[in-house]
Amino acid sequence: MAEMNMLQAINEALSSEMEADKKMMVFGEDVGHFGGVFRATSGLQEKFGRDRCFNTPLTEQGIAGFANGLASNGMTAVAEIQFADYIFPAIDQIVNESAKFRYRSGNEFDVGGLTFRTPYGGGIAGGHYHSQSPEAYFTQTPGLKVVIPRNPEQAKGLLIASIRDKNPVIFFEPKRLYRASVGEVRDGDFVIELGKAEVVRQGTDITLLGWGAQMEILESAADMAAKKGISCEVIDLRTLSPWDVDTVAASVKKTGRLLINHEAPLTGGFAGEIAATIQEECFLYLESPIARVCGLDTPYPLIHEKEYMPDALKTFEAIKASVKF
Amino acid sequence: MSNAKTNAETVHRVSFLDKNSIAIPILKVLQADGTTYESAVLPVIDEALAKKIHDTCVFTRVLDERMLGAQRQGRISFYMTCTGEEASIVGSTAALDDGDVILAQYREHAAIRYRGFTTEQFMNQMFSNEKDLGKGRQMPIHYGSQALNYQTISSPLATQIPQATGVAYSLKMQKKRNIAICYFGEGAASEGDFHAGLNMAAVLNSPVIFFCRNNGYAISTPTEEQFSGNGIASRGPGYGMHTIRVDGNDMLAVLAATQQARAYALDNNKPVLIEAMTYRLGAHSSSDDPSGYRSKDEEAKWQQHDPVKRFKLWMINKGWLNEKEDAELYVKYREEVLAELKVAEKIPLPHLDELIQDVYDKPTPILEKQLADLKTHIKKYPEAYPKSAGRI
Ligand SMILES: Cc1ncc(C[n+]2csc(CCOP(=O)(O)OP(=O)(O)O)c2C)c(N)n1
Repeated sequence: MAEMNMLQAINEALSSEMEADKKMMVFGEDVGHFGGVFRATSGLQEKFGRDRCFNTPLTEQGIAGFANGLASNGMTAVAEIQFADYIFPAIDQIVNESAKFRYRSGNEFDVGGLTFRTPYGGGIAGGHYHSQSPEAYFTQTPGLKVVIPRNPEQAKGLLIASIRDKNPVIFFEPKRLYRASVGEVRDGDFVIELGKAEVVRQGTDITLLGWGAQMEILESAADMAAKKGISCEVIDLRTLSPWDVDTVAASVKKTGRLLINHEAPLTGGFAGEIAATIQEECFLYLESPIARVCGLDTPYPLIHEKEYMPDALKTFEAIKASVKF
Repeated sequence: MSNAKTNAETVHRVSFLDKNSIAIPILKVLQADGTTYESAVLPVIDEALAKKIHDTCVFTRVLDERMLGAQRQGRISFYMTCTGEEASIVGSTAALDDGDVILAQYREHAAIRYRGFTTEQFMNQMFSNEKDLGKGRQMPIHYGSQALNYQTISSPLATQIPQATGVAYSLKMQKKRNIAICYFGEGAASEGDFHAGLNMAAVLNSPVIFFCRNNGYAISTPTEEQFSGNGIASRGPGYGMHTIRVDGNDMLAVLAATQQARAYALDNNKPVLIEAMTYRLGAHSSSDDPSGYRSKDEEAKWQQHDPVKRFKLWMINKGWLNEKEDAELYVKYREEVLAELKVAEKIPLPHLDELIQDVYDKPTPILEKQLADLKTHIKKYPEAYPKSAGRI
């Protein structure tokens, strides 16, 4: 066990996988000698050489297409998209190609060895082009897995699992936690299974569900609720696609209530999907409508970032409303 | 059978072209000492134009120096300089008509200054206050002004390139005697939008100048890792486009090339590609530390090609400026920038109601409800939210 921040945990995961898998390559804008704008790939070029860790020209479309090509021909490709806000130029390659390689070829070809890593989310005074949470665009695409860690330990275990997974994975990294989240991380090689949620805190009155950077917010809302005598069960979904319906449904059957929190806008967000499914699974157990505490239906604001955020206070209010319903 | 569009000769032995097959020269007019090359053809320039160019350069230098300082003091969150690239930016803008539409990348604040953006307007944008034309919605340096025909900067790179093709086409259809100019870095030229924009402009005959600032780096990535061809200019002829490469630190060369490019684009309804060879003297942005990827020696070498100094020497040689006037201009702008900065940082932030404005032409019912709920919530916990922005 060693204490480290999330960037160090990601760096360690990449490094140990490159060590173990000689076919693995890491690339993207500025990831080479410089180590990426957030320094997640620091030292990898020095360790593994320029052929395996390198800068690409500035083209997300090119990076994704290139990654598809590498992975379709037997390599392990880990591509960095510098900010999740800039993944959209690559969307055709990801949505139409990465996601459908296996399906459209009748499994003649696949890009299973492909992982896109990309920093997402707000809280960094970045305005709308450095703060988006675009996960829902990808959860609607069959063939892609979508994974989001909440702390260094999770980042390492989930990233290793994503790299080894036999499907293309989009691994969103909560950038406001990159340096802020520090914690113990297991040494050596370990994986956290994809598709499994984690019950972070046991409770009896309401289930709070989230992922990534919002988990901190759910925990502090749960602390606030505890002072009012409300016991919250807190769940980290970790993998959004495919998501762990069983764990969430079991929890909701126990607590009778569900609150989902995400930073992306409410309309069309992934919370809507979860709410519909849980309503189906747990209809007779629900004691109040499923609550969603999400970003507003506006682009991510610069000046009104604090007001926009689905923060702990808003979550606390929604918990009380749900319990009192 | 050869393609009807080529009149290529036939050969009977394999021979490949390489990147040096098209030699692309660099236009230079001004020498380091402020004199012009003997055979150089000067741009159209008089004393008033030269003074406006010089004035813009001095202002921009001062702005960059002061605002980088303000960022270091935590007064603004972010900054980007155009230091070292002033000749590329001002030299090209000075060749335009005020009705020509500018679509910039983000490092071209000298261009909007040249058009008349006031010091106060700069400060209001950087402090995201309620007087900012962009209503405090974008990070510092994302300027824009309808009145100055300068489209608001968007952070995703290269998106403005095909847009410029469309703007230019619309100018043609509206029978305006104007063109569009599009600025971008050599890094952005790797994006798919670059290809799409240039190809469409050439095929659809859009009067647009594509102006590439080749400043050596895209964040940490040097040009050798960005492209392996003969710069960005070599691509122009491939699209069937008039193309020129200029010394981007030479004000007169940039001005001359852009004046002629503009005339050609306008008279023929055709695009032109200009590649300005320059150097990003500063860091990529206030979040970047270039010592991680380039040497101090390299930076020092480029300091000697300072475009503002070179142009100043030329003006002094012409008798249009003296060292004292030049020094006074710096003093004047340092005072002005500081004074406006102090005013702007005290102006309140945009009202919370602005949060849902301009998402659509009118807020939708869902947005109205979300704002109302938010206000109810903030009223309950006023101390937990920013005061200035939360006036409700
Ligand atoms: C689509 C997209 N990808 C990545 C980025 C992040 N980014 C911002 S500036 C930059 C480098 C741009 O380099 P260049 O175009 O050469 O312009 P310069 O900064 O040198 O003026 C990058 C990668 C972005 N803004 N947009």
